[in-house]
This record gives sequence, C-alpha cells and structure tokens, in this order.
Amino acid sequence: MKVYTETVVWSPPAAYVNDAPYQLVIVDRPEGGRVTGRILGDRVWIGDDVDFAEDRDGVPYFRKAAV
Amino acid sequence: MRPVAVIGIGKTAFGAFPDRDLRSLAVEAGRKALENARVQASQIEAFYLGNFAGPSFVGQNHLAPYIAGALGITGVPATRFEAACASSGSAFFHAVSAVSAELYDVVMVGGVEKMTSQPTPRVAEILAGAGDTNGEGKAGATFPALFGMIARRHMYQYGTTREMMAAVAVKNHANGAKNPLAHMRKTITMEQALNGKPVSDPLTVYDCSLVSDGAAAVIIAPLEFAAGAVRILGIAQTSDYVALDCKSDITTFEAVQKAGEKAYRMAGIGPADIDVAELHDCFTIAEIIATEDLGFAKKGEGGPYVLSGATCLNREKPVNTSGGLKAKGHPVGATGVGQICDVVQQLRGEAGERQVRKHSIGLAQNLGGSGATAVVTILGEAR
Repeated sequence: MKVYTETVVWSPPAAYVNDAPYQLVIVDRPEGGRVTGRILGDRVWIGDDVDFAEDRDGVPYFRKAAV
Repeated sequence: MRPVAVIGIGKTAFGAFPDRDLRSLAVEAGRKALENARVQASQIEAFYLGNFAGPSFVGQNHLAPYIAGALGITGVPATRFEAACASSGSAFFHAVSAVSAELYDVVMVGGVEKMTSQPTPRVAEILAGAGDTNGEGKAGATFPALFGMIARRHMYQYGTTREMMAAVAVKNHANGAKNPLAHMRKTITMEQALNGKPVSDPLTVYDCSLVSDGAAAVIIAPLEFAAGAVRILGIAQTSDYVALDCKSDITTFEAVQKAGEKAYRMAGIGPADIDVAELHDCFTIAEIIATEDLGFAKKGEGGPYVLSGATCLNREKPVNTSGGLKAKGHPVGATGVGQICDVVQQLRGEAGERQVRKHSIGLAQNLGGSGATAVVTILGEAR
C-alpha cells in the first residue's frame, strides 16, 4: 500500500490530546479506494510503501514497509 | 424565475467577544441590514439562518425563530441551515431561490457563530464534526489535518511551496489591517508566516483562519422592487463526498468547480470578467485551490499566481480584500453571508481604504467541510 498523502498533527482534538504529535495518512488500498489511518513508528512521506499493522477501535494503523 | 437583488447588508465586527452572546451578535447584524435596506422587521416574509454548531458551542437549539423573534420577526417561516462552513452560503442560496421563484418578496438571510467560549481542543472537536466522524474523525483528523493532507498532495503534484501558501496569509493580513471589522488587524511578514507554530504539517498557525465570534445579515428582494441595488447575476450550490478519502483528487474541490461553472453560465460571464472576489480561505491552501477551481489560474498554478501578487489589492484580480477568513475572522456560520456583504460593499464603492478601482462584478465562494458543500455567487454592479 502506498501513502497518498500525510500530515503530522500537533494540535489535536480533545479526545486525542495525549497522542499528539501523531501522523495521519490516507493510503491507496490494493483492492482500490483509499482509507484514512495512523502511522506507527517512523515518519512516512507521499509515495512510501506501508504495511497494515493493526486495528484499534476501527482505526487502521500502518507502519513503514521494510525495504 | 425573476432576478433578485441584495438591498441591504449588515455585519458585526468579527473577533473574540467574551461579553457578547450568540443572539446579541445575530440581532446586531440583522438590525444593521434592516436599516441599510430601509426595511421594517414587519416586512420580512421569511428568515433564513446559517449556523454550524450553535447547539455544541453555546447549547442553544431552535436558533432561527430564537433570533428572528428578537428582531421582531414572527409569523413567518424561520429556518436554520447547517452545511458546515457553508451554512450561511447555503441559507443564502435557498433564500435567493425562493425569492426568484416568487414565493416571497422581502427576505432576511443571517449567519452567526459564537466560537470563542470553548477551549481550542473542544473547538477542534466540534469543527471535526463537519468531516466524517466515523472514519477520518475517529483516526484523529482535525480540519487543519485534512487541509494539511490536501496541501501536502498539492505540493507533491504541482510543486506548490510553503512560501506560496505564506503569500496568501501575508496578503490577507495586509487587507485585514485596513478593515475596521476584521478580527486580526495587523500585518505580518513573509518571515513570520514561514516560521509559525506548527498546527498540522505543513500548516502553521499562519495558514489557519481564526476562531471568531460574529454575525452577518443581508436583505434580498426582487430586482424590480429595488432600483440601484446589487443584482445576483448567478448562484449555485453543489455537493460532494464528506470524507476526504472518498474523493478521487484532493487537490481540487469538484463541488467548487461545478458551482463555479453553473454560476458563470447563469451570469453569462467567465472568470476574466470578475473584478473582485471573496474566496473561502479557511486555510491558505484553500484560497490557492479556489483560484484554480474558479478559473482565475490554471490547475496547479494557483501558488505561483498568488506569489506573483496578482491577487493583491488593486492588482489584476483582488482576492479577499476584506482580509478573508484568515484575518477578517471565520465565525463559521456567519462566513457565507459575510462574504456577500463584503462583495456588495466593494460593488457599491463603500470599501474605504480597501476599495478596488474596477468594481462592476464580484464573486463570493463559500466552502463547507473539506469540499462537501460549495456555494458560488456572482453579483453585479449597482445601477
């Protein structure tokens, strides 16, 4: 899966004040379409390959793919 | 369908007003509009109100009759419209449609938001309700995050730079400094704009519009009743998906493109004919994209266009002479009608220090969420 776009959130909504800063991504899904999720570990950029890491309460978390 | 005109405008100052409540702001704008139109409250045949989140910000529902009653308007339809940051643009579109269809003659359209009584994380949470709370919202996307992702993609596809976005902020602050009703009446330098505190990469505080309190109102009527009034030449509202990840290309707002095309067609003009425009710069990147979607610049060239100075006061295409959402302020529900007031002021030649030289035709573009609602209005010169 490739990163379509990303941002690092420094000013979070009330529910996520303890998570900031965190990275959000929209990734292109291999089966088509896109999904919004978060990044675990290393910062990623547009075009980077990411792997699905886990689901937390319906939110997909991704991790930079190993080269 | 008969032609419709804006016969009166009224605005409060935009800013942080701890001693003012939502109703008093809306009533001040409404009274000013009545006075400006030389119309009595008893003549108003319908009241349309744009408000995004009064119930969340101040705990008050049933806002349209609540405000209409305080203005002395009773016994007529009084309805609230909610379309995120395009709430009052949407109210305006529907009011114009009703007058055009001969349902009413004299109608008031108001817009109001009272935002500054809540702490920033709560404001971010309430605003995030304009997005898909079940998907992007649950993942932690605020509005700056959604527009940060839009900016990143625009930079990636077209080579747009931080400096180009900062140029929007510098220009709009320069205009806002000259607007007595603006929230932030101070100029900023390019260096300041480039070194702001990060909010959601690549956006800093200087890329984000302001959290403001404020209200605006207009009175509309059939053109035949109002010789000399500013005419609505074209108007359109369109929609798109709410969630950003459902859009095929996030570097353009398809709803804005479609609304723009419809409004231009209705007015029988094109982008080159627009003398002055108020565009929805909720974030600096949004103004850049709007100039592309409305045909002021080619796709991908909105960044170099603003950096060239073309959209500064008294250059070829003045954009956001009010200071825009960036400096004038962005009381969400008041923004759409506020833009109409600002364009009408320019067309009447009443913009004072900010008056543009050529002011025959103006355009206002109001955007809801990350592009799910768009309203484009083209207004013509007073005759």
